[in-house]
Amino acid sequence: MSLTKPAINKQAIVSQLLPFSCVDGPGSRLVLFLQGCNYQCKNCHNPHTIGLCDGCGDCIATCPDKALTLIKANNKHQIHWDKDRCSQCDTCLAVCPQQANPKVTRYTVEEILAIIHHQRHFINGITVSGGEASLQLPFIIELFKAIKASPQLSQLTCMLDTNGSLSLTGWHKLLPFLDGAMVDLKAWQKETHRYITGRDNHAVFKSIELLAQQQKLYEVRLLHIPGITDFEQGIDALSCYLLRLGANTRVKLNAFHHHGVVDEALTWPSCTQTDIEALASSLTQRGLTNIVLPSIYL
Amino acid sequence: MLLQDKLMQIVTNPLLSPKQKSNYLALEAEASLPYLPISTEVKAAMNGGVICDMFEGHTPFKPRYVLPDYARYLEQGSEYLELVPAQNLDEALNALTILYHHVPSVTNIPVYLGQLDDILMPFVEGMDADVLYRKLKLFWIMLDRTLPDAFMHVNIGPTDNIVCRTLLRIDAELKQVAPNLTFMYDPAVTPDELLQIAATNICHCSKPHIANYPLHASAFDKRGFGIVSCYNALPLAGGANTLVRLNLKEVALKATSINDFFERVLPYYCSLTFELIEARSAFLHQESHFFDSFLVKEQLIDESRFAPMFGIYGMAEAVNILQALMTNETNTSSQSNKPTGYGHSMDANQLGYRISAALDSIVKSTPVTYGYHGRALLHSQGGISLDKDVTPGVRIPYGTEPNPIAHIQALALHHQYYTAGISDILTIDETVKSNPQAMFQLCKAALELGFREFTANVASNDLMRVTGYMVKRSDIEAFKQCGSRLNTTGLGAEAAQNTGILQRQARVIAHEHSPCVVN
Ligand code: SF4
Ligand code: SF4
Repeated sequence: MSLTKPAINKQAIVSQLLPFSCVDGPGSRLVLFLQGCNYQCKNCHNPHTIGLCDGCGDCIATCPDKALTLIKANNKHQIHWDKDRCSQCDTCLAVCPQQANPKVTRYTVEEILAIIHHQRHFINGITVSGGEASLQLPFIIELFKAIKASPQLSQLTCMLDTNGSLSLTGWHKLLPFLDGAMVDLKAWQKETHRYITGRDNHAVFKSIELLAQQQKLYEVRLLHIPGITDFEQGIDALSCYLLRLGANTRVKLNAFHHHGVVDEALTWPSCTQTDIEALASSLTQRGLTNIVLPSIYL
Repeated sequence: MLLQDKLMQIVTNPLLSPKQKSNYLALEAEASLPYLPISTEVKAAMNGGVICDMFEGHTPFKPRYVLPDYARYLEQGSEYLELVPAQNLDEALNALTILYHHVPSVTNIPVYLGQLDDILMPFVEGMDADVLYRKLKLFWIMLDRTLPDAFMHVNIGPTDNIVCRTLLRIDAELKQVAPNLTFMYDPAVTPDELLQIAATNICHCSKPHIANYPLHASAFDKRGFGIVSCYNALPLAGGANTLVRLNLKEVALKATSINDFFERVLPYYCSLTFELIEARSAFLHQESHFFDSFLVKEQLIDESRFAPMFGIYGMAEAVNILQALMTNETNTSSQSNKPTGYGHSMDANQLGYRISAALDSIVKSTPVTYGYHGRALLHSQGGISLDKDVTPGVRIPYGTEPNPIAHIQALALHHQYYTAGISDILTIDETVKSNPQAMFQLCKAALELGFREFTANVASNDLMRVTGYMVKRSDIEAFKQCGSRLNTTGLGAEAAQNTGILQRQARVIAHEHSPCVVN
């Protein structure tokens, strides 16, 4: 049935829409955070964006503002969130057994286009982030395609913030409408990557290489967790790899901090400015020329 | 308090410099004179906090703001100051420095230092860029150290020229509080790349302010205008004889309904504001002998180019008060956390525009004896330190501002009405420092949408956005106290920087903002 729907009606499950961001790509950007992720990062700063709601209804009774109700859509139970009643107390997030979030909004491509239209003079582009945005690839393709086809929006750049797990087939569908991607490389060694995220990093390398080759790799992001990530141990091989993508590859270093994280990762040390600067200088010494440091440390 | 006690308190104040003490003593002396003759209604409105004369004094003997024609001065020299026309850059800078000390204002410090690139360009032809840089840098340091008032304003742009670029470079390097700087932007003249430099400067020192040149220029005649002090736009070779401001919050409190506000209360208090404006400007123009000054004789200013500013503030509170009246009338009550109120709901914003439009039509249709083309100029006033629980101008109350884009969109429609300037401050978190292109885009779009003046404050806010979410710095600090590793390097450096800034601010008086000594 969904095949017969016009593309413009494709829906996304959005956990947050930010009209203005200056930290999600070049210039001023509207950012869409999509709900749901295929990784299980121990260090996730937004764990409630990982799961998808299964309509179990557990959160409804705990909401102090009666903002949550169960509705029937397509013969399935679906949670309905009344934004105007919600006081953002986040109780529902704490009780959800699915690491999900009842406070999502479903937007069609058309609705997002209307929002972008209203503020198009203020932004340089849009970034779709997550969760893992690429899990809702068909929506993203339709959205980017529509932006590129609109005379009033086509100057906006369309970017994707991703964990790099998308398949090459997926990338090839998106590439014609994509201006650039920011890809997280969570660890250098497969084992470390698996330890942190629950998945190996083979697909990530493939994604990075394809994007670099197509000149659509906006930046590679390294989240540094001292003693946990292995960028320092693998510094020679890592630098070599990044250099092969181009000496000018933009490498954004992020510092791990405890905000929002749960469980085991709370025992990990947060990353200081000194830690970041040491990593940056190791990369610079090995020939990388476009290292970007965090603008603030927590 | 007895006058003598007050004077003693000023004289023995441990925080004020001798010069600052002299200023405050003079203010107290003037305040001991009987107030100009005004009606009991005006007096009552002043005592009730509805109308405010900005502590300009009981008997105004100098205009609030003076914008001399510095270009003419450099061209003709000055008989009174015994100066021949300037022949080169050194002479021009020296001549300006001299005149600055003869330009009065409410603060005793000139609020307008000139359209510096225009007036200096004739003297820099063929000059080595390095030499120019060194000379202007010394000039800039001199201004900050000898005329330390954050409201003292230099104008540059909209044309692309070496003086403009050099001053932007110096201003970003020195990050001084004074002088304040306005960059005029004209999309037809200013290259994007130059606006980008200005936007990058804002990211680093919250200066310059970007003025919408075509919009301002069309509001004034050929002789031009200047942006002075707290974003007041005024005729060049003239200025403001007085500023009287109306507290819209207090006006709204006196209304029984929205209709009552528009039909009775607002016109009544506007008429009282005009009465005070008339009384104050009559004294200045007729009794004070200010206009016997050499500035007039040498045609650096022209009495007919002075206008009273009709200031307003407390728009946000006024709108919310009036909306509450309306809600009571219709008696709608529902439990909702939906953002309401000024700056957030469409209805509230519309009511705000309606108030601005009403003020505009009153000010444009009310003749004044001493005005610009016989009229006062409407101004959205930026507040003084004494204001409590009332928001400056038409601003959205601090701490309740929506995201920068919604913020600009909510206020843009007000800007068309405030000929004498409007001061909105857009607070943007410090992550923008590494992304000046974002600042550029916001600025450009705001001006396109009709902003007269774009001012951004890059703050180390408690509330800040990290990636997809907002965090409170204080929460993180509290968390850190409970055991995680401290991030001393970064915070230490930042603290040192901040103290530096505080020390510098302490040396600078901002009389405009703190017009009297409060104990
Ligand atoms: S958000 Fe979580 S708790 Fe609430 S209905 Fe969905 S799955 Fe259940
Ligand atoms: S965050 Fe909103 S929806 Fe969730 S429990 Fe609190 S009030 Fe209810």
